[in-house]
Amino acid sequence: MLPVLAAPAWMLAVVFVPLAAALLCFLLPRRAVILGLVAAVLTAAVTFALTLEVAAAGTAHTLLGGWAAPLGILWRADGLSAALLAMTALVGVTVSLYAAAYFRDDAHARVFFWPLWLLLWTALNALYLSADLFNLYVTLELLGFAAVSLTALGGGAAALTGAIRYLLVSVLGSLSYLLGVALLYHSCGSVDIGLVAACIPDAPRPASQVAAAAMMAGLILKTALFPFHFWLPPAHGSAPAPVSAVLSALVVKASFYLLLRLWLDVLGGGGRWAAELLGLLGVAAVLWGSVLALRQERLKLLIAYSTVAQIGYLFLALPLAVAGGAAAWTGALYLALAHGLAKAAMFLSAGNLLRFGGHDRIAELDSAVHRLPLTLTAFALAGVSIMGLPPSGGFIGKWLLLKAAFAQGRFGLVVVILLGGVLAAAYVFKVVGHAFTPAARERRLRTVPPGMEWSALLLAAAAIVLGLTLPLISPLLQVGAAPAAMATAFAAWSAA
Amino acid sequence: MSALFDPRLPADALLPLLVLASSLLPGLVVFFLGEARVRTRTALNLGGAFLKLAMVGWMIWGVYHGQRYELRLPLLDDLDLVLRVGALSLLFLVLSAGLWLVTTVYAVGYLEHSPHRSRFFGFFSLCVTATVGVAMAGNLLTFLLFFEMLTLTTYPLVVHRGTEAAREAGVVYLTHTVLAGALLLAGTVWLYTLTGTLTFAPQGFVGDVADSHPAALTAIFALLIGGVGVKAALVPLHGWLPRAMVAPAPVSALLHAVAVVKAGAFGVVLIVYDVFGIEQAAALGVTGPLALVAAVTIVYGSLRALFQDDLKRRLAFSTVSQVSYIVLGVAIVGPLASVGGIVHLVHQGVMKITLFFCAGNLAETLGIHKVSEMNGVGRRMPWTMGAFTIAALGMIGVPPMAGFISKWYLSLGALEAGVHWPLYVLIASSLLNAAYFLPILHAAWMREPTTPWPEPATSAQSGSSARRLQPETGWLLLLPPLVTAALSLLIGLFASMPVSPLEWSLLIAEREFHYP
Repeated sequence: MLPVLAAPAWMLAVVFVPLAAALLCFLLPRRAVILGLVAAVLTAAVTFALTLEVAAAGTAHTLLGGWAAPLGILWRADGLSAALLAMTALVGVTVSLYAAAYFRDDAHARVFFWPLWLLLWTALNALYLSADLFNLYVTLELLGFAAVSLTALGGGAAALTGAIRYLLVSVLGSLSYLLGVALLYHSCGSVDIGLVAACIPDAPRPASQVAAAAMMAGLILKTALFPFHFWLPPAHGSAPAPVSAVLSALVVKASFYLLLRLWLDVLGGGGRWAAELLGLLGVAAVLWGSVLALRQERLKLLIAYSTVAQIGYLFLALPLAVAGGAAAWTGALYLALAHGLAKAAMFLSAGNLLRFGGHDRIAELDSAVHRLPLTLTAFALAGVSIMGLPPSGGFIGKWLLLKAAFAQGRFGLVVVILLGGVLAAAYVFKVVGHAFTPAARERRLRTVPPGMEWSALLLAAAAIVLGLTLPLISPLLQVGAAPAAMATAFAAWSAA
Repeated sequence: MSALFDPRLPADALLPLLVLASSLLPGLVVFFLGEARVRTRTALNLGGAFLKLAMVGWMIWGVYHGQRYELRLPLLDDLDLVLRVGALSLLFLVLSAGLWLVTTVYAVGYLEHSPHRSRFFGFFSLCVTATVGVAMAGNLLTFLLFFEMLTLTTYPLVVHRGTEAAREAGVVYLTHTVLAGALLLAGTVWLYTLTGTLTFAPQGFVGDVADSHPAALTAIFALLIGGVGVKAALVPLHGWLPRAMVAPAPVSALLHAVAVVKAGAFGVVLIVYDVFGIEQAAALGVTGPLALVAAVTIVYGSLRALFQDDLKRRLAFSTVSQVSYIVLGVAIVGPLASVGGIVHLVHQGVMKITLFFCAGNLAETLGIHKVSEMNGVGRRMPWTMGAFTIAALGMIGVPPMAGFISKWYLSLGALEAGVHWPLYVLIASSLLNAAYFLPILHAAWMREPTTPWPEPATSAQSGSSARRLQPETGWLLLLPPLVTAALSLLIGLFASMPVSPLEWSLLIAEREFHYP
């Protein structure tokens, strides 16, 4: 039996603070904003405390109610979880500040936003901490419902259509995942990740393979990997800005995280051909997403397609990582973190421009871009990270991927990684270029609260600073079941 | 990061950082200043420029006495950001710091009363920060970082005017430089996977793998040179440069003489000397093709310059041609040719910036943009055209100007290396230089003005004191070209003084070729 180690209090707080606040916000809608803000700051604080604890003392565990697996529920925070929790907290607290200003004049949205958003945050945190497959399903489903409801928050036909499509995809993905869990439970008699991982090698073959495939397929659908990306742009493009930021930066990362978790901790690698297949889809996503982003006429859709492309990078890393490139795991995770920060900053900037000019048609953004230099700076800095230029989190991630690709002689992947960056530069400058041409005509423009501008800038700056902090974050990522070690072990196993 | 807060951090590690900060911080502050805060802005810019120059001067003294300046910050698990000041970096540092000061003065005068000045000077300072970062880069990763930063910070300057032509030039510029950045990144990572290090070293750092991976190294060389060659405007990668002429004159001056083009040429020097090592590069057989590209660029640029009526475009093609002297000097393997190439880094900068200042003065004062409009302009603006004449003669290579020294050492170097064809290239190029500069001088000094000059606009704005002295144009516009023209004469005349660019280049070449 695992002893209850240090930091269990932090782990409980990370989940229960936002959960309690969500309920309170629901019960006291008039106090929702202040409650939400306090809860956001508090959640971020306990998350950072937990992250520091994990960095200092190693993987943390806690058993809910004191029952051990297979009966009880195990929560576990290793380096991978801690890094994603911290990123979520940073984005979460900034988006909360932004949302407080964004929904100031919209009483309806304000009442529904805060409970749903805090619920979504709860689901994310619980997902990163859960160490059993069924519990993960519950958090995944909770996450999906919160995200869909938030998508519909904007009202209007486009938002509803996007939300309904998102709902169907989300439910389908969760069910597919649940099918896999059920099959594994049938084979192994447990849903604890550790116990299932131990039983998988001896499990009856076709059943466990089908289970793995079903779980993977569900998660890929939820992560919007090409060609299952069709639902993402309408949903992310039509939601209110803070919601788009959360969806693009955090929600798709959660299903990617779960996929990595399964791949590394449960399936022990999953096989070379699967990695190659996913890598190929990743390549297609990078190219297709970037080209479509470049062709968009609406800013928010451009950013949404950029997300499709950037998700491609995460999958493109799989074949490199499975082939033994330890750096490729770090690279993929770094790209995920950097994309989270940068994409949130981009959507928040887009929200400012939209608020200011009343529309997001890229060709007519000039006057808004001129009047909001801070917002534009935020967009441009976030763009630097998305392009992968130094010194930014995106650069570090791409550097590590390129290093692995060159070391393995995979020049095709090198070309795709670089081409994605060049295309990203093209679509970022399509927007930024407006700053330097004279504004065509004045419209009636609304003001943007400074808090909305600064929160976008804060996240963009964080994406850049992330590029300088690898020496701090790299050891954290190695805490616990280090992906690198798993990859190496798998490479040795598959070679044998 | 921790190194920054290390109380034992010695001053010689801090100095490179301060050199960066002396333009970075003023630049960031300037962005937040209102348009009307002219005094604060100018004080910040000039204060930073003087401070930077003083610190660079201090480091010259230090390096001359064997001091080393180095700062390391961990960036990747096994790679640091390294700022290091040695002889070669100092040469480029002096050039950037010195010409930044002059160009700032000029820009203050040139942009008087024009919109978006805070934005302009902000990016202007960031651009110089990137340039000195390139100069101080101690490994290829650091070089890459500042090289990309240079791309991003010069784009707003190129499109500063905001016209449709400026926007299109910006698109062309970005397309070229972003693709080049991708090549540079690819070459850098590939090299790193082979060698496990990226630290610049005299004689290069690829020696260990040269025998085992010649093909890969050749490809890496091509990638790296392709990456920096765009900024160095090597034919056929030069397309952006003439287009970028839509930028305001101080920007053109800075792009051509110091920042972008020079960073590219400096990159070529670094890649050949400190990454591959000249002997290793020669053994790989990559210097021959590089010399060929340089020769083609020299002749092609001069030929195109001959047919440009637009003055700035003619100067732009002249830059394409002249910068490749540096590349040629590096690619002819030999100590003397290297001296010629390296010293031209400075010489071309000082002469070309003078020419662009003068072109800016003509455009700003008299509205002259074309060579065909320059008849008799020497009488109206004798000082400006005097400076122009000195720089143009220097470009042609008339002794005792700076350009002569460069061409002299390049020629000697070619003979020393036992190859003759660079001589013919140099002669042809000098003839072409004469063919596109002398008609300008002739028209300006000898011909009668065809149309009456417009009334001097600047003196009317500059108040009573300026009117009493009756300068041909604003003092802030006139002084910088006079200073740089005098400089290009002096560094030619006193080429054998102890810390002249020539002596400094001899020092660098000695280190590269006679290293134990």
